[in-house]
Amino acid sequence: MSGGRNEFASALHAMLDAADVPAAARSWANGDLDPGRALWGRLADLGVTALAVPEKWGGLGASATDLIAACEELGHHAVPGPVAESIAAVPALLAAIAEPDSPADRCGEWLSGLATGDMVATLAMPPWLPFAVDAEVCGLVLLAEPNVVSVAAPGDVHRSVDPTRSLSVVTGHVVLAQGAGVGRAFDLGVLACSAQLLGAGRALLEASVRHARVRVQFGQPVGTFQAVKHKLADVAIALEFARPLLDAAAASIGDDAATTPRDVSAAKVACADAASLAARAALQVHGAIGYTAEHDLSLWLTKVRALVPTWGSQAEHRRRVVNSLAASSTAGPPAAAPFTATRSPGAEREGAPWA
Amino acid sequence: MTAGGDEFRAQARDWLRAHVPAEPLPSVDTAEGFERHRTWERSLALAGLSVVSWPLEYGGRDASLLDWLAFEEEYYAAGAPARVGQNGLFLLAPTLFAHGTQEQRDRLLPPMARADEIWAQAWSEPDAGSDLAAIRSRATATDGGWLLSGTKTWSSRAAFADRAFGLFRTSADAGRHRGLTYLLFGLHDPGVTVRPIRQLGGETGFAEIFLDDVLVPDANVVGAPGDGWRIAMSTASHERGLSLRSPGRFVAAAARLAELWRRDGDAGDTATAHRVADAWIGARAYQLHTNATAARLADGGTLGAEASMGKVFWSELDIALHETALDLLGPQAEIRGQRWLEGCLFALAGPIYAGTNEIQRTVIAERVLGLPRAGR
Repeated sequence: MSGGRNEFASALHAMLDAADVPAAARSWANGDLDPGRALWGRLADLGVTALAVPEKWGGLGASATDLIAACEELGHHAVPGPVAESIAAVPALLAAIAEPDSPADRCGEWLSGLATGDMVATLAMPPWLPFAVDAEVCGLVLLAEPNVVSVAAPGDVHRSVDPTRSLSVVTGHVVLAQGAGVGRAFDLGVLACSAQLLGAGRALLEASVRHARVRVQFGQPVGTFQAVKHKLADVAIALEFARPLLDAAAASIGDDAATTPRDVSAAKVACADAASLAARAALQVHGAIGYTAEHDLSLWLTKVRALVPTWGSQAEHRRRVVNSLAASSTAGPPAAAPFTATRSPGAEREGAPWA
Repeated sequence: MTAGGDEFRAQARDWLRAHVPAEPLPSVDTAEGFERHRTWERSLALAGLSVVSWPLEYGGRDASLLDWLAFEEEYYAAGAPARVGQNGLFLLAPTLFAHGTQEQRDRLLPPMARADEIWAQAWSEPDAGSDLAAIRSRATATDGGWLLSGTKTWSSRAAFADRAFGLFRTSADAGRHRGLTYLLFGLHDPGVTVRPIRQLGGETGFAEIFLDDVLVPDANVVGAPGDGWRIAMSTASHERGLSLRSPGRFVAAAARLAELWRRDGDAGDTATAHRVADAWIGARAYQLHTNATAARLADGGTLGAEASMGKVFWSELDIALHETALDLLGPQAEIRGQRWLEGCLFALAGPIYAGTNEIQRTVIAERVLGLPRAGR
């Protein structure tokens, strides 16, 4: 239930464990971005920001499986910043539209900047990702619509429930590419967000178990009580059975399978549900201390609350799964581009703030 | 969504396609249905498909765990009959392989594989359910064996089965867990009275067993006297998890549910659409998780308390799959005899047997998460 899934994730875990990420997150939330930038610099030193950048532009060209191992640790430590955007989706999007043989190509330069950590980037992908997160720390803001990718200008900013996050309304500024498929970038972003959620859920369960072992009431640790045990057991079960869906979705992206959109959505549904359950249980097990902003638990609770509805709501991902089942009798969903195929207006979207 | 060797999978699929009865057999928990299922088991055995994971000398195929999972997927996808021999095949046999003598394996396994002897389990007692170690039925030493006395209850398949296995107290002062012995007896032996119990669905799927000085020879003690609890629990991880309920059952049900949604679903019914999605996602999660576990076991890993997570997961999933389907069927759903309803009645027992889900959650909390013991 704990520890990294491979050597790279273990090294990342060790670095983050020693880096006092909660202090950096609190500074970030208060407008002092320097500790957070330093943290991202160390992520770049370890190669995390280069994972999804192709080798051609100085990246590692890593698999989606390696990417989720890293993103799970970033979620486990509640690292602030545009993780799924800068580390997964933007590199995938830029790689899809870059001119491979043009040295002066801006997309190539940006990819190199992302790999070295000199630049952090974010994007909006309406309707599922209507805002660009953390635009103020980013050297590049993109707007990816189903058939047009633009450099975007950030406008009004909303506060997020996660005090380390900001949500910028963006408008397209300079068109970079037309007719580009953005489905893979979207799926990679959903996958990275799912991995963050799984990691955050793990951290919440670990914190709950630690607290339940030492907090004494009625003369015994509260973790002795069956009501607490069973609540945390349900969290363990939800996390345990979300992981194989996440792994399978990463493999599916790697194989460029026809079922990728379905597999990615299944992973997001399971990881977000498990993380939500972990958050509710953690708050309940901690009691009043967990409800304070002072306790570090709040960093994970608010991050989970922010990540669950981003990169597509649970309702939209469930709909994407069920549509793929309805479209084919045994295995795969339709071959249509996943991002565009699901844009038919649904009842869930009406009344949403960006509708 | 595949596991195991493709050639074996294809062979199994072809055979099942050709031989699975077109009409469902009568319920396994009726006298007629039980014998019809026994006949089906014999045809499986003749085809070498009744115990594919067992060694060749006992009628098996030495199939790997992954190949067994593939067989199970094909079995359920084909809509094949319930396994009437399940208690023996999946609970007793692994115990005999791990703890039985060569003589016991040679004597007991071949008739089990051929369904000549169908086994019931005799764990629970009127005052020993979740608290299984509270067993009071006794086995008293006598010349050449043991005399059983007491009452067993909720014994699955005991109404029509041939023999039973269970735990009996052989020492009153050795401690709750230490004085139990694992014994085998015949349900038609002198001194045995079986009283069938009607289940929720009206059929006699389990029974009470009254034992009045039933003689069991020493040859039918599994393991050492007094070591029964350890022996019974050593295979419990497998019983709770993949060997009791392989993913095939749920993957097949999820595929049928998707089919039903395609046929009868209202695209505007978001609530039901979400339940269909969740049921399908759950079945896929259990399949992927089981395949990963099987691969880990093949690499020499072991299965411990984490098996309890699988037991809670599959038993809740089974109910969710069936209740979603019944809700899609609307007013037709209450009609007896249809697969979804009978499957739902079957699924409702899942969170209770093989250790209730409450027992499993306590095991998870204490042995996986490391929360303090005691305090029930």
